[in-house]
Amino acid sequence: MSEALKVPTMAEMMASGQKPEVLFWVGCAGSFDDRAKKITRAFVKLLNKANVPFAVLGTEESCTGDPAKRAGNEFLFQMQALMNIEVLNAYEVQKIVTTCPHCFNTLKNEYPELGGKYEVMHHTQFLKKLLDEGKLKVEGGVYKGKRITFHDPCYLGRANDEYEAPREVLAQLEADISEMKSCKQRGLCCGAGGAQMFKEAEKGNKEVNIERTEQALEVQPDIVATGCPFCNTMMTDGVKVKEQSTKVKVYDVAELLAKAQA
Amino acid sequence: MQYVDNVVFVAVLALAIFWFSKQVGRIRKNINLGRDIDRTDRKSERWSTMLRVAFGQSKMQARPIPGILHFIVYAGFILINIEVLEILIDGIFGTHRVFAPVLGESFYGVVIGFFEVLAVLVLLACVIFLWRRNVSKVKRFQSAEMKGWAFRDGNNILVIEIVLMTALLTMNAAEANFEGHGQAPFLVSAYLAPLFSGLDQSTLHFVERFAWWFHILGILAFLNYLPVSKHFHIILAFPNTWFSNLDAKGRFSNMASVTKEVKMMMDPNADPFAAPAEGDEAAEPGRFGAKDVTDLNWVNLMNAYSCTECGRCTSECPANITGKKLSPRKVMMDTRDRLEEVGANVAKNGEFKEDGKSLLDDYITREELWACTSCNACTQACPVNIDPLSIIVQMRNYLVMEESAAPQELNLMMTNVENNGAPWQFAQADRLNWKDEA
Ligand code: SF4
Ligand code: SF4
Repeated sequence: MSEALKVPTMAEMMASGQKPEVLFWVGCAGSFDDRAKKITRAFVKLLNKANVPFAVLGTEESCTGDPAKRAGNEFLFQMQALMNIEVLNAYEVQKIVTTCPHCFNTLKNEYPELGGKYEVMHHTQFLKKLLDEGKLKVEGGVYKGKRITFHDPCYLGRANDEYEAPREVLAQLEADISEMKSCKQRGLCCGAGGAQMFKEAEKGNKEVNIERTEQALEVQPDIVATGCPFCNTMMTDGVKVKEQSTKVKVYDVAELLAKAQA
Repeated sequence: MQYVDNVVFVAVLALAIFWFSKQVGRIRKNINLGRDIDRTDRKSERWSTMLRVAFGQSKMQARPIPGILHFIVYAGFILINIEVLEILIDGIFGTHRVFAPVLGESFYGVVIGFFEVLAVLVLLACVIFLWRRNVSKVKRFQSAEMKGWAFRDGNNILVIEIVLMTALLTMNAAEANFEGHGQAPFLVSAYLAPLFSGLDQSTLHFVERFAWWFHILGILAFLNYLPVSKHFHIILAFPNTWFSNLDAKGRFSNMASVTKEVKMMMDPNADPFAAPAEGDEAAEPGRFGAKDVTDLNWVNLMNAYSCTECGRCTSECPANITGKKLSPRKVMMDTRDRLEEVGANVAKNGEFKEDGKSLLDDYITREELWACTSCNACTQACPVNIDPLSIIVQMRNYLVMEESAAPQELNLMMTNVENNGAPWQFAQADRLNWKDEA
């Protein structure tokens, strides 16, 4: 994936008098975390391939405020939210797609009341749409004979009742999709939500990501698919701790689809 | 003399109803100690939620075995109430099986026979439930918060139901042996009747009457047990689901008072000394977030009284599963226990008299609150749509906004968000660097 990506910013678009169809909200993990940046690039590669007129905010993007809000800091959250809304509204953004379920949830559910009303999509929903419309195709049969299990991100699944979009994208990969014993509504958290990502866990007898990784390993997958950069980190660490890294890989749905392109 | 029975019955019935309404009134008052919240929008969606979740018990079926058993007990309870209605009328007017002539002897026999079958099923279900709690020790009934009263309460309810169903069947079985008894024996008690066939007529009549009184007095006593028990859910499940949160579970409400302040901070033209608009004080909360039960909203408090202590929430909670202290069921039980305490305090003193305690620290510890991943597994699992997460978040709001008492690492994260717009120490100017990295 070293070919140059086309990543226009809103500012550039505006300067040349263009208006993108959709804003890609990259999120903090997608911008800064080394693992998550690969997901970002994979998703952009797909957007480029499907010729989607999109743009990013680039250096004008800032944290949605989600971790602050879940940690209990409503002031900081609303400061972030109102600042972001000011930027988004100045560009007259109407449609947003994001690779992070936390950004997705906050933008979709918590911004409208503060003046930020947009149509917000999770990238798996967006990719499903591109596949449905024939703008993207699965080619190459890379996943034939491979077993994939999908870990539901809490903020996409229970928080927003989206269980099918990621599964429908995966279903097109010609792989064997196996469900963990707790999935969808009853899927177990990876342990990162609610600002847990940024602190040590309280005293217990196990880490949450280990518990969830064990559930994933029970189905003996070749690939654990995720739809959230934080889940990805947690599951990757879990697989490492269980010393299964050589056999089991953790990939975002976007990365899997990007690899199945000719 | 012939009216003594009726008079005694009416007096006992009146007393039972009076006492029950008094207790309900107390709970109502306690719930109203909560902050206001408007949950009266989208009425048709509310009715259908209530029908589906409370009346139809849809969420109970996620676990089929207890789901079906519970449905039997629930359906039995509702249908057998038709027979209880007959018993009440008989008791008040001194009649005997007043519905029999109305329905016709043979159809009446079928109906009562059906109730008897239900009674046996309820009885069996209750025995299995007792087994699950006491012998096979299903894990979710063994947690720390289920020791003591909570444990006894669960057993009490099941034993009471078994005893009541037995009384009902005994009554019918004794009656089947009455001389000149025109009614054909009922479906189940027909098989129990031989147990009493050796008794003389007057003893039989005594057994029948005794069982009749025992059953109805038992029901009235049970009615008055409800308000001190988790069994109160049979009533509160209905309003509790009607007032459920209908928004996406991931949506945390925005504090309106904060919006005003933040807007003021961001608006260079705002006059910080401007007089607040008319009526604004009412919207101003006493404090940010919740330290005690009276800082929570009344739906949170109704949730606490609706909790069945079933532990479905706790058994799905990632923090609890991995051995952390947090248990969403305990959050609900603590809220109810503290509310009972505060309510008694208010009733005694006319208003709340400071007792040096609060929900935070004296009931729910900070360690529990910080262990939550906000994953919503608990709200999803709850069969009566209780929302423990809402209470946890409001208490975190208090800790952070009133006490600045977040864990150190979270303070660091928040400082980063504030300074450079990301939870880590990266410069905002570097946000697009990924574009050119391979
Ligand atoms: S939201 Fe919090 S309390 Fe509820 S199940 Fe998840 S971690 Fe446990
Ligand atoms: S909150 Fe709901 S799921 Fe949890 S114990 Fe109470 S009734 Fe059961």
